[in-house]
Amino acid sequence: MNWDFIMKYLPLYQRAAILTVKIGIAGIFFAILIGLLCMAVQNLKIPVLRQVVRVYIEISRNTPLLIQLFFIYYGLPKIGIRTNATVCGIAGIAFLGGSYMTEAFRSGMEAVEAVQLESAYSLGLTRWQTLQYVVFPQALSICMPAFMANVIFLLKETSVFSAISLMDLMFTAKDLIGLYYQTTESLFLLVVFYLLILLPVSLAGSLLERRLRYAGFGT
Amino acid sequence: MPDLGLEVLLKGKNLARILAGLGVALRISLISLAVSIPAGILVGILMTRRNVVIKAVTRCYLEIVRIMPQMVLLFLVYFGTTRVFGWNLSGELSAVIVFSFWGAAEMGDLVRGAVTSIPAHQYESAAALGLTGIQTYRYIILPQTVRRLIPLSINLITRMIKTTSLVLMIGVVEILKVAQQIIEANRMSSPNAAFGVYLTVFLLYFAACWPISMLAGYLEKRWR
Amino acid sequence: MSDVVLKIEHLVKRFDDQTVLKDISLTVREGEVIVVVGPSGCGKSTLLRCINALEEIQGGKILLNGSSVSRESRNLSEIRQKIGMVFQSYELFPHLNVLDNIILAPTKVQKRSREEAKVEALALLSRVGLLEKANSFPRQLSGGQKQRVAIVRALCMHPEIMLFDEVTAALDPEMVREVLDVILGLAGQGKTMIIVTHEMQFARAVADRVIFLDEGVIKEEGEPDQFFDHPKTERAKEFLRTFTFERKHTHS
Repeated sequence: MNWDFIMKYLPLYQRAAILTVKIGIAGIFFAILIGLLCMAVQNLKIPVLRQVVRVYIEISRNTPLLIQLFFIYYGLPKIGIRTNATVCGIAGIAFLGGSYMTEAFRSGMEAVEAVQLESAYSLGLTRWQTLQYVVFPQALSICMPAFMANVIFLLKETSVFSAISLMDLMFTAKDLIGLYYQTTESLFLLVVFYLLILLPVSLAGSLLERRLRYAGFGT
Repeated sequence: MPDLGLEVLLKGKNLARILAGLGVALRISLISLAVSIPAGILVGILMTRRNVVIKAVTRCYLEIVRIMPQMVLLFLVYFGTTRVFGWNLSGELSAVIVFSFWGAAEMGDLVRGAVTSIPAHQYESAAALGLTGIQTYRYIILPQTVRRLIPLSINLITRMIKTTSLVLMIGVVEILKVAQQIIEANRMSSPNAAFGVYLTVFLLYFAACWPISMLAGYLEKRWR
Repeated sequence: MSDVVLKIEHLVKRFDDQTVLKDISLTVREGEVIVVVGPSGCGKSTLLRCINALEEIQGGKILLNGSSVSRESRNLSEIRQKIGMVFQSYELFPHLNVLDNIILAPTKVQKRSREEAKVEALALLSRVGLLEKANSFPRQLSGGQKQRVAIVRALCMHPEIMLFDEVTAALDPEMVREVLDVILGLAGQGKTMIIVTHEMQFARAVADRVIFLDEGVIKEEGEPDQFFDHPKTERAKEFLRTFTFERKHTHS
């Protein structure tokens, strides 16, 4: 292993990792917003919008992110919708992640049984109070495992960003392999940096899951 | 009506080429599935064993797959093996290796989940009725496990197909690469080809995955 | 005679094309304990759910202190505050401890101070023998304890009438007693209550009046001793017979 090479290109990877994480976090943020919105539409059974959400979810879940990015980045400008690579990356993760987040939130909401709501209503709580004090706290902890799995999934999906020439970790690794043939070192750095990004998230996820299980709600 | 660049598809054999590209992607997924489903069942059964060593190994395997993006695994196999072992794997073979490795772990986790979700008293009441171990599996456990498993494994098929889009990045000529070539070749005559062609690719992937997802959803609902 | 608390007139409840309650009329006076019995599926639980506006009704009127109870009522929350309901499956809120379960509605709905609600909650808890469980979570309690907490939770809202929907049906036999004792205590204090139950001896002990509901109508109603010892209708006799056992000898 050529440590000089590794030290020399470490900052390059660092920059790439930060870019990946930044775009990933921004994308996940919007994915959460989309997820909440779509879940609300489905839950309130708003006509028309509900069908739109349904179609969006099917499209988003049944096409690969890479193709979504190609379409947004190379296809859409031809009909006048221009984006830069960063915005495109965020939009891609948000478009893909939105549907996964919707499903996670929806399953959390559905897991709260109807009679729990009735019991809140029978105490005189209004609809909103029932949501606020009874449904949301329970739904949140129920959907946590699925939510964390989605976060990890979306962070992993960021690995296709190089296809729209974002200088992310994959881009950097491929570049260095092509330029210097330092394959082992380049791949080593690639793995290390992905571990640095994803291992803490994964550990936090399992920790959270365990805590929720111990605080478990079983009746 | 703006020029959507759809006319390119009708030129020469372009559409046929794109479909052939999709064929490559589907071929890679099918081969990977053919490997990963039986391997996954084995992994899943191993995961339910109480043996500490087996548990640790399968656990590590699962965590690696869970944490490492498939892209990274593809790079490791495609570029790494050449360097370390001197093998010159083709892109397609690398892809099959990685996706099988990934798919087997995913399938294994599904199998483990399905097997452990059968409550202990199912085994006990079978035993109480005098069924032997094999009979218990044959008549009680397997039918329940399979019902839980089938919708989830069908979902794995769509995930596999979606994942194959990544092979573009290690130079396999599949649907996306063909699309790029077509757009490039018609750069002058139809400057907007990128829209039409990528839209077509997008819809083709959707057409390949959506019916499978619907089937999985239907079975899940029916067998709940 | 004391004041009328609840008046039900010609209540009709349909699910799709199935009529579950046909023309039910019932008057409940202050301090009265009504026990509703009947075969399963006769509409007992539905009746209680209608009184609390958890079900839409297709005909008739439900009046609580003269004001109409319906899902369309603008002051639905106010009405429900006056009706305490206890469910078969307890339905404590799993994410809140016992005390927070009890004071959630008093503080959020009635806007009472936390301190004051807490004092009352603790007093009620000690009355049902659960003071030391105030900080426990529902999952740490037995079924009987959960049900007693659920009763306290409803009581803490100072309801004018309490509805009990088969509250011991999900309990282990040895826990039934502790819950029924609490309800008997409430009857002794003169709480107005409607109780749906399958515990016939308890029904006899607690009721001022027994309602026998069958096929969606009130087939018979009367004082407990009279109903249990001398039922008038054939259906009631048949129903009561299901609670007695005889060993049949078959000769081959």
